[in-house]
Amino acid sequence: MATRGGLGQEARRSIALLAAPFSYAILLLAMPLGAVVLFSFWTQDFLDIDTTFTLANYEEALSQPIYRMLLGRSLWIAGAVTLVTVVLAFPIAYFVSFYVAPSRKSLWLFLITIPFWTSYLIRVFLWKVILGFNGVLNTSLQGLGFIDEPLTFILYNANAVVITLAHAFAPFAILPIFVALERIDRSLLEASQDLGENKVTTFLRVTLPLAMPGVVAATLIVFIPTIGDYVTPRLVGGPDGLMIANMIQTQFLRLNNAPLGATLAILAMLSVTVIALLFIWLNRKWLRTR
Amino acid sequence: MNELIRLRGIHKFYGDFHALKGINLTIRKGEFFSLLGPSGCGKTTLLRTIAGFEDPTEGTLSIDGRDMRRVPANERPTNMVFQSYAIFPHLSVAENVGFGLRKDPRSKDEKTRAVGRALEMVGLAGYGTRRATALSGGQRQRVALARALILEPKVLLLDEPLSALDKKMREQMQVELIRLQRHVGITFILVTHDQEEALVMSDRIAVMFEGEIGQLADPETLYRRPVSKKVASFIGMMNFLDGRVTAEGPSIAVEVAGLGRCEVPAEQAPGGISAGAITVGIRPETLAILYEGETTDRRVVDGVVDEVVYYGDMTYYDVRVDGVEKPLTISMKNLIGRPVLDVGAATRVVWDARSLVLLAG
Amino acid sequence: MTLRFYAVAYLIFLYAPIALLPIFAFNDGTIIAFPLQGFTTQWFGELRTTPALHEAVKNSLIIAVSSAVIATLLGICAARAGQMETFPGKGGVIGFIMLPLVLPEIIVAVSLLVVIVRVMGLPLGNWTIILAHVLICMPFCIAVLNGAFAGLDKSMEEAAMDLGQSRWGAFRLVTLPLIAPGIVSSLLISFTISLDEFIIAFFLSGNSPTMPVYIWGLLRFPEKLPVVMALGTILVALSIVLLTIAETMRRRGLRRAGLKDTGGFL
Repeated sequence: MATRGGLGQEARRSIALLAAPFSYAILLLAMPLGAVVLFSFWTQDFLDIDTTFTLANYEEALSQPIYRMLLGRSLWIAGAVTLVTVVLAFPIAYFVSFYVAPSRKSLWLFLITIPFWTSYLIRVFLWKVILGFNGVLNTSLQGLGFIDEPLTFILYNANAVVITLAHAFAPFAILPIFVALERIDRSLLEASQDLGENKVTTFLRVTLPLAMPGVVAATLIVFIPTIGDYVTPRLVGGPDGLMIANMIQTQFLRLNNAPLGATLAILAMLSVTVIALLFIWLNRKWLRTR
Repeated sequence: MNELIRLRGIHKFYGDFHALKGINLTIRKGEFFSLLGPSGCGKTTLLRTIAGFEDPTEGTLSIDGRDMRRVPANERPTNMVFQSYAIFPHLSVAENVGFGLRKDPRSKDEKTRAVGRALEMVGLAGYGTRRATALSGGQRQRVALARALILEPKVLLLDEPLSALDKKMREQMQVELIRLQRHVGITFILVTHDQEEALVMSDRIAVMFEGEIGQLADPETLYRRPVSKKVASFIGMMNFLDGRVTAEGPSIAVEVAGLGRCEVPAEQAPGGISAGAITVGIRPETLAILYEGETTDRRVVDGVVDEVVYYGDMTYYDVRVDGVEKPLTISMKNLIGRPVLDVGAATRVVWDARSLVLLAG
Repeated sequence: MTLRFYAVAYLIFLYAPIALLPIFAFNDGTIIAFPLQGFTTQWFGELRTTPALHEAVKNSLIIAVSSAVIATLLGICAARAGQMETFPGKGGVIGFIMLPLVLPEIIVAVSLLVVIVRVMGLPLGNWTIILAHVLICMPFCIAVLNGAFAGLDKSMEEAAMDLGQSRWGAFRLVTLPLIAPGIVSSLLISFTISLDEFIIAFFLSGNSPTMPVYIWGLLRFPEKLPVVMALGTILVALSIVLLTIAETMRRRGLRRAGLKDTGGFL
């Protein structure tokens, strides 16, 4: 029999069920993350780890211009990628939710999701092919007589990284916005028009605020992993497109300086978290004051 | 003697929420029993406790003399018709009905025949091969009934079984459920928030409020002699007037505000009263409007029509009477020759001391 | 209608890279650029005669199948618990399990690398990648399975128990058939994620690379690029087939549960 005020039988069963996945996440996520934090306070002494507690790595990471510059650029590129991706994605989500017949919605979502599941590396590489000096885009534009000289601002720089990642994260941005739009009771829009708003003001005063949770989710789900990408910068970014993740990778795998790599990883994660929280906070404030 | 279910001191807590507060109840063999109450009163929790889906925090439950502690739902002699019907969507109608026969030792042919008989009993003969998802609400309800009754339980538990149906279908199913219960002779326990449904269908009704039983009685007693203001206002419509008891005995002398002094039979105070201020209840249909030219030997009081609501077969009048706080609601059959009165019409109200209910507080 | 026009343009943007794959895979020239040189199937032939690739594919398949099975099993536990009665802290626990969904993959890679190599001193291998892939696939499995469990009427299992089944029997006879399509699509989705995952695999693979790591190596050699295109073509075709099956299963699941289709995988 259940004790008075205690947990119900079903709650106890759900704890038992959660035990396996939760301990897995503790063992393989929480503890390793803890180890990374620990490492960031240690130093690499040639092949050994010096386990005396020190802030030296943080001092180095924050004082050396290269790390500051990479982190700053990563955040800037991630921000740009997020903005471009979400702005491009919103009309698609809106179109599928409001203009596509219900029976065809899942077909559209399916079409949008397919490219996302195909080999990431090869997709990124193909953008290099498309955007390159002798690439598909330049040769076609030249062939059609639109341009005389190949466009060079689209490969081996931050622009290429933004385009490629906007492509890679498209479904991640579309789906949350779509879900939020689907949840909007259509009679709210009719009510708004009945109360004297036109289509545009209805969109601004009803649809957009109600879709905001989806937009926020899309923003975070694009912004956060972008920071951790090192494939796209390496393949299409050129020297000016490299990001903090490339440096983390270099520290771990090439320079064999795990503590500094750990420090950079933590700094990257911290800045992402701070920006994400700031964004959520601003968004809440904005929604409430309206 | 012919008791089937015995609940003693049943308490149920969900965290700090006290859902059942010491329920004592005995349910007899073969009766149609209803648990009636507003949502959140604990009636469904009580039903699920009997079914074995909830463990009582305290108290004992026995079915047919056997203690049900630690007996899981699948081993209890109870079967349930769920509010959502819980028809398995991946199985056919016949597979749904035969679901509980898996461990039955009978041969496959016999089981098939049993399923056929069960479907016939609920009026779905020939529906066996249909997909369960292709059925209407009323048909799903019948499948749920057949599926539960095929196991010949000692008790059939029905959790708001008619709430998902439209009004016509609901009334039809009420009649069918009564007929079915008489046919199989099994104890039915019905949970409902619809007082009319409970009155129509039940042999006995337990009215529940906030985890407690407010009154346990047959429909007529419940309607005519509610024990409290709460029960009286939950079941049917009731006018409440202020009153004062002036003398007690085989008949009770009461001073009713606006109506005057009268003698009420003691059985009309089922909840028990003491001298002093009380509440007097009068059902709208026990009052009447005295039309021009009609006479009566019963007591009459003057009033003015305040509101008229026309229902077709009936008209409900709110009549203001001097000394009565709220206008009295009176229901009148629209018989031939009875005009519907207008608001503001002066009228006379007939009442009878025998139809008053005396309520404490 | 401008919005429809935009949507079509967006689809072209989405599909542009993939559309180029087969074009260059069958192009008889080593330079990946227009104009095309002619038709050949030579690059596909080369795939068959590259043992290193076969080894990489084998590794990837082992990893993808194991990750999919483990992640789906753990996902079933979590998704089922998610639908059950709540207890204090449950939201936090589930939120933590879902965390890899918003964690940069490099963080997962780095942290596991630190623990396995630096702290425990174990050699890297397929199993290290499996551990990490289960972690990142689990949130996807839970998302897919949540959909399957959410469509399930809670009284279904109670009805089965009421009709004489044990708790396990009710799960096996009623719940499992109803969520089976969800399980299949969870398996397929984790399989696809794992098969394609590069960032973590690059950090955690031992001496024998997985397929994406192998492709990454090929990308540095211009003369190998047509082979990569051929391999990519096969992978894309395979992904589309798997995803179509997953989607069909998901829809069948909804139909079986008598529900309306409301959206995609996530």
